[in-house]
Amino acid sequence: MNRNLILSFETSCDETSIAVIEDGHTILSNIVATQIRSHQRFGGVVPEVASRHHIQQITSCIEEALNEAKVGYDDLSAVAVTYGPGLVGALLIGVTAAKTVAWAHNLPLVPVNHIAGHIYAANLEKTIEFPAMALVVSGGHTELVYMPAENQFEIIGETRDDAAGEAYDKIGRVLGINYPAGKQVDEMAHLGHDTFNFPRAMDKEDNFDFSFSGLKSAFINTVHHADQIGESLDKNDLATSFQQAVVDVLADKTIRAINSFPVKQLIVAGGVAANHGLRERLTQELKNMPTELRLAPLPLCGDNAAMIGSAGEMLFRHHVLSDEGLNAEPGLEFDYIEKS
Amino acid sequence: MKTLAIDTSNQPLSIAVLDGNELLTELTMTTHKKHAEFINGVIADLVKKANLQPSDLDRIVVAEGPGSYTGIRMAVTVAKTLSMTLNIELVMVSSLLSLSLNVDSDKYLINPIFDGRNNNMFTGLYQRQQGKLINVIEDQHTNVDDWLKKLKNFDQPIIILGQTESFIDTYKKTLNNQVVVANSLTNIPRAAKMGIYSNNLEPVNDINSVVPKYLRLTKAEADWQKLHPKEGDENYVEKI
Ligand SMILES: [Zn+2]
Repeated sequence: MNRNLILSFETSCDETSIAVIEDGHTILSNIVATQIRSHQRFGGVVPEVASRHHIQQITSCIEEALNEAKVGYDDLSAVAVTYGPGLVGALLIGVTAAKTVAWAHNLPLVPVNHIAGHIYAANLEKTIEFPAMALVVSGGHTELVYMPAENQFEIIGETRDDAAGEAYDKIGRVLGINYPAGKQVDEMAHLGHDTFNFPRAMDKEDNFDFSFSGLKSAFINTVHHADQIGESLDKNDLATSFQQAVVDVLADKTIRAINSFPVKQLIVAGGVAANHGLRERLTQELKNMPTELRLAPLPLCGDNAAMIGSAGEMLFRHHVLSDEGLNAEPGLEFDYIEKS
Repeated sequence: MKTLAIDTSNQPLSIAVLDGNELLTELTMTTHKKHAEFINGVIADLVKKANLQPSDLDRIVVAEGPGSYTGIRMAVTVAKTLSMTLNIELVMVSSLLSLSLNVDSDKYLINPIFDGRNNNMFTGLYQRQQGKLINVIEDQHTNVDDWLKKLKNFDQPIIILGQTESFIDTYKKTLNNQVVVANSLTNIPRAAKMGIYSNNLEPVNDINSVVPKYLRLTKAEADWQKLHPKEGDENYVEKI
């Protein structure tokens, strides 16, 4: 009996991850080697260090993924790999290893966009239904992706400067929290009050784009000003006010997007999709709307190869294939469709 | 024994398929832009033209560094993954030794050089003895002046090869007629030579632990180590 098994690779940033996915839905294994503790030494991801860690981890992760899934190379249908966007030196390790495994065992090679991967984390729980909208928020990305049908991805809005997760890390540093700061700021945000009323950039503008650098600057200026006059600010209130501003803008734009594009499902994915403030707010907002809310499962919000395997299975069905010439594309993007 | 040999330590790319001491196919080129786009395609092509399947390979030999970070990473990633996935032997060879194989004569001390910029270099000292290459001074990342102090202790002729251009004047000033500059083809490594040379070398035991020999920490790590001299070589990556 022929099984539908994808061996998937993800090395776009600071996790080396290999997974085996069956039928696009079932996670047989999902090995994640995280480098967070290494990069915490430097206060953020150092690309050259990330690349060095990936090459050290890559083969043991492949072996573990196959062993845990109890499958051999002969059982596989295809190899899928993230080829962008991400850090070029990091992407290259996964792309090169995936090309090598595919060639060695004469398997088809499926190139996967990392953002499509994040969206397909939701597919591991339950099949995505179209048309669908996805809000993808992470340390590297903040975008609204409209999917009229399977394998059609159109960006209708994206950040014009910092990604939401990036803003969390930067204000986290000011609060004395090491990277990645999202989780701790989220916890603090549940303990304080929105007393600072930070700006909600572009919230009222008639588009689906985001901007977080103004918010970040307002936050940093507020803290610096207080330092200068020797005033101490309540850190929980600062976190609450920051998070409230982020969540307001993300929620408002997302609701406006699904009002303009009626969709069956709204998917929320990416590292920042693990944020409880954002999850609670969108759950509240969509309560009385016909659109089904699909929050990516918490353990699959961060970077992992399981989501790449799920997207890879879909792309494989659509005959999206590559070969030994596949290269990393650090700036890979879906098409941006101007809509209002 | 079917061997695949890969050297992409610097800009030149050299890949060969051998059967024991016999060369089947080889490609050496310097005109391409990026190894990442070429390395897998060239391997596939050379194995095919040798009338072999990937599963026919018995052994992978790779130039492990030092060299350009991306170059040695691409080669070691392919080599490590291929030997793991096909369950075949993996042999690691110094990139400086690989280049030194271009010098057949035993009358020179062989000094391969990779330019590390700002008067720094990756280098080592080798010598042929009964067909074998003996390592006289170990591979290192060093300043050219410090290196030349070490070379002054020898009185044999020294042949320099590789990325020698920005160092030739300094060498001639210090070593005068003792230094010989290799001709142009000698500056490009040949995977076939490395493949044959490695027939007598032991494969690595633990393929999963293999990493390139960078011989230089990243700037971030070097700075961090200066501030934290007591922290050891802890493993900072954890599987979750
Ligand atoms: Zn991501």
